[in-house]
Amino acid sequence: MLRVAVLRFPGINCEEETLRAAERAGADARYVWHRDTTLGGADVVLMPGGFSYGDYLRAGAIARFSPVMAAVRAHAEAGGAVLGICNGFQILCEAQLLPGALMRNHRLRYVSRPVACIIEQTATPFTGHYASGQRVELPIAHGDGRFVADTDTLRMLEAEGRVVLRYASDADNPNGAMDNIAGLMNAGGNVVGIMPHPERAADPLLGNTDGAGFFTSMADWHAMRRPAARLHP
Amino acid sequence: MTFRVHVRVMPRQGLLDPQGQAVEHALTTLGYPALETVRVGRAIELSMDAADAAEAGARVREMCQRVLANPVTEDYDVVVEGA
Repeated sequence: MLRVAVLRFPGINCEEETLRAAERAGADARYVWHRDTTLGGADVVLMPGGFSYGDYLRAGAIARFSPVMAAVRAHAEAGGAVLGICNGFQILCEAQLLPGALMRNHRLRYVSRPVACIIEQTATPFTGHYASGQRVELPIAHGDGRFVADTDTLRMLEAEGRVVLRYASDADNPNGAMDNIAGLMNAGGNVVGIMPHPERAADPLLGNTDGAGFFTSMADWHAMRRPAARLHP
Repeated sequence: MTFRVHVRVMPRQGLLDPQGQAVEHALTTLGYPALETVRVGRAIELSMDAADAAEAGARVREMCQRVLANPVTEDYDVVVEGA
């Protein structure tokens, strides 16, 4: 069975929605506290949104030094799947597991509303159930979501197909992110960060299930990967 | 010896600085003329023991690289008091 670790840092939110979305996708999902030094044998790490450590200094800057992050880094470097949602994405950038940075929204306002996005890259553990170019509506809720990277990094991300999720148009871009980037992946494709909250749109009760695919994709990705994992335990 | 060290962290030139723009608009509204640019950053003060000013400066520059500034989006400078 797919084992999922949902990381808990002080000041985060939506970890319960994240845990339940993983469970609905068939996973055995458990919380892992930020002071833990192991991931409890998890196959996949989910880093929820929120405001770890009050966003002091910069969003994600302090959480990056939590004890559990050494285990996350080792997991990611071994090819393990990691999804950072919102604050999780910010932490992954601060930890340099993903390139670039997330800065204050261009209009200086916290924005909480659904936005139209396009799934651009489906060859990740979290987007295999979507079609490339598929339009989805996902909730956002952030004040620091403006993705920024230098020109060379942007060019590389585009050339290597590492933009996973993009705001559907300039008009849909809620924060001034460069190239309308809403989510990206690392070079190996196993670490993904996104600003929108798919766990808030993963249950019919919530009125939108466009985000459920991130979790069902993860379950399928794991099922297909398992035989190889057995050969190389 | 104890040193006071001042760190100034600024958004990198060329990157959109919406806080600076908002402050600039406010100052213009108050009637201050001829403002070219306003940029908003962060100041950090540290008090620390070190053998000399050079060691204090080097240690704080390392802190800037590792945590006090984001090397992707920010520039910093370090001033050791009395150095």
